[in-house]
Amino acid sequence: MSAQTLTSIRPASPAIRWSRRAAGAVAFAALIELISRTGLADPEFLPPATEIAGRAVTLLADPAFRAHALTSLLAWAIGLAIAALVAVPLGLLLGSVPLVDAATRSVVEFLRPIPSVALIPLVALVIGTGLQHRVALVVYAALWPILYNTMYGLRGVDPVAKESLRSYGFGPLAVLMRVSLPSSAPFIMTGVRLAAGVALILTVSTEIVAGRGEGIGVFIFFAGIAVPARMADILAGVFWVGLFGVAVNALMVAFDRRVFRWHHVQRGEEG
Amino acid sequence: MRRGGLRTAAFRVAVLLVLVVAWEAATRAAGSAFFPPPSTIVERMHAMWFSGSPATLFLTDAAVGDILPSLGRMALGFAGGALAGVVLGLALGLSSRVYDYLDGVLQFLRAIPPPALVTVFLVLFGFGLRMQLAFIMFSIVWPVLLNTADGARSVEPLHLQTGQVFRLSRTERLLRVVLPSALPKMFAGLRLALSLSLIVMVFSELLPGTTNGIGFQLTTAYVTFDLPAMWAGIVLLGVLGYLLNEVFLVVERRVLAWHHAAQRLT
Amino acid sequence: MLEIDNLSHVYGGGTPNAHHAIEGLNLSVAEGELLCIVGPSGCGKSTLLRSIAGLITPTGGQVKVEGNVVKQTPDNLAVVFQDYSRSLFPWMSVADNVALPLRRRNMDKKQREDAAREALESVGLEGAARKYPFQLSGGMQQRVAIARALAYRPSLMLMDEPFGSVDAQTREDLEDLVLKVRGHHQMTIVLITHDIDESVYVGDRVVVLSKAPAHVVGDLKVDLPGPRDQITTREHPDFVHLRAEVGRLVRGHATV
Ligand SMILES: Nc1ncnc2c1ncn2[C@@H]1O[C@H](COP(=O)(O)OP(=O)(O)O)[C@@H](O)[C@H]1O
Ligand SMILES: [Mg+2]
Repeated sequence: MSAQTLTSIRPASPAIRWSRRAAGAVAFAALIELISRTGLADPEFLPPATEIAGRAVTLLADPAFRAHALTSLLAWAIGLAIAALVAVPLGLLLGSVPLVDAATRSVVEFLRPIPSVALIPLVALVIGTGLQHRVALVVYAALWPILYNTMYGLRGVDPVAKESLRSYGFGPLAVLMRVSLPSSAPFIMTGVRLAAGVALILTVSTEIVAGRGEGIGVFIFFAGIAVPARMADILAGVFWVGLFGVAVNALMVAFDRRVFRWHHVQRGEEG
Repeated sequence: MRRGGLRTAAFRVAVLLVLVVAWEAATRAAGSAFFPPPSTIVERMHAMWFSGSPATLFLTDAAVGDILPSLGRMALGFAGGALAGVVLGLALGLSSRVYDYLDGVLQFLRAIPPPALVTVFLVLFGFGLRMQLAFIMFSIVWPVLLNTADGARSVEPLHLQTGQVFRLSRTERLLRVVLPSALPKMFAGLRLALSLSLIVMVFSELLPGTTNGIGFQLTTAYVTFDLPAMWAGIVLLGVLGYLLNEVFLVVERRVLAWHHAAQRLT
Repeated sequence: MLEIDNLSHVYGGGTPNAHHAIEGLNLSVAEGELLCIVGPSGCGKSTLLRSIAGLITPTGGQVKVEGNVVKQTPDNLAVVFQDYSRSLFPWMSVADNVALPLRRRNMDKKQREDAAREALESVGLEGAARKYPFQLSGGMQQRVAIARALAYRPSLMLMDEPFGSVDAQTREDLEDLVLKVRGHHQMTIVLITHDIDESVYVGDRVVVLSKAPAHVVGDLKVDLPGPRDQITTREHPDFVHLRAEVGRLVRGHATV
């Protein structure tokens, strides 16, 4: 809380902000290094940052780790794709046909609050604990953000645009495809971005709870229950998962900014 | 308008009844062990949790043993994480420089799926309540922190200048100008945190080493192949999730009434 | 009351896109005066006001209020900003908005409420105390902002294009409100505007600024007979003459 902060906030230039982010990351790593090297925390629990980083690099060359990572990636991607393929059309249907919405609303309201991890044991019993187990749970969890954002986007479609198209003799389906879908696309994108994060949570959770086969969660779990725990392995694994999450999010944000520029300009946000 | 609303509500309830009846009929017809009829699930919920004596509000020992610990963990974890997130978020939002430095690291920490870190907490704290609480707090603190900081940063410059011109003290500016400005985004973060805390609470109870809680009850049902009990646990969690969300919305609507009303008008 | 001595301000000094907003501006305002400052848009009027209010530190020269050099906002100074919709706090009722600044005034809750009510009455908004800003029209919101300034009982009130974003009728009402309020409260008012007619109608004195970097290019005393009236004052020959004079000063330097 410096003196300037409660008065006015002037954003720094992007170059400065990026260099500050980088400096922050370096400082964070240095802090871990320091805490570990000085013995402030037991290096058994918190290995130095350089050791974690080294481990992260060697893991990449390790075929076993690569297989774990690839399995998780697959479950995540397939689940997210299926969720999008189901949720977008469903959202368009629910968002544009009030009767269907009213009819299914109670089901949706009932299913959504169920925390997806609670289904891990049930789904394991019903379909077993392979890839399909993870995919099914990812689909369930990723469905809701996409569905809700699609419906939300449809609600905001400019009625004038719809009517003008209709006045030229276009049918409801044409209006849906030419006006409603494009103008709710940015919201769908937001839904997919949120779903991508949830999907990652479910991938890892399911792997850990199921506790067998391959997957980054399995790798981390076994590194954790080993005696003594392989802390560098855990944290290197966590590092890659976190980096993956940040990268996916950043890519989607960048995509959103580029492709849906019109949308953000319209809403008075900065490019 | 009101009559229309009532009609829709009545319609929805009717549809729900039809669907439940259809669900009942379908599960009975299929006779699958995996999909018990809803009546069986409800009976099981009643027998397990809600057939106690009036003195304990009809809660059974199992309910006290499973539901309360879960709720308690979640409440404590949510409160701790939310409080830390709000305080740190406000502090961070006040300095654009500090925010710039920490932004990257915080985005990274938020992007880590919390379950990936659960083994770290296991190693640090061992199995048990301390580990679960620390895990829940750590999981939810980032969305709250980042959203609050974002909200504090989006405070209208003219509002700050007004506070400055009328010589409000630092605390007054913080509590009466910055904090209210941050509230809408803070609540968005808290809502995310609420559903996340339910997820990580259940997750932490699914891990080996747990001795009570709804998640533990699910694991027990899993190993004993007791599907009605498992469905009962899932339905209970759904109901809890729904209720928690409703309570949250009521609070949010009260606190942010000015914000929603102003938004409707513009 | 207010002394501005060789004031200069440069935005982004030392960078390639440095902007000289004010250069060598001198001005003094007497106690109780209602001074209007006119200048072309973007010339640096708001920058001048922010320097007086202590919201920015000018890069050169100094501002003195009641003999003290301004370093932070002087004690008995209030500002009415142009953008009323963003200067009122949307999360507070109208009464709370008006009463907020009084927290620094050593008044208890009751006293603050009374002062807020009184201020709202004097701007004709006694009925709106419990409402929220967004429930009011633009003109009414600006009245609330004026009431907030009045309740604070400043000895110097700064107004930055206060009527720039309201419709013509409301604007005239608010101009008359300023004249009325000024009769009731003892205070010095500096009103910034880009509207030439308004400056002559409201002011005792009109100061014309050049285009950027701003400095004073004209300083006229407004001597109009009788209490001001939207119709008769505006058709008075002296008014017409002064308006032309100010107009020439603004134009002359705006187009060179
Ligand atoms: N914070 C700032 N940084 C850089 N330039 C500014 C800033 N504020 C204002 N300016 C520039 O200074 C000039 C004068 O601004 P201002 O005082 O607001 O003009 P006016 O109120 O007369 O319209 C404008 O050209 C504006 O772009
Ligand atoms: Mg201005």
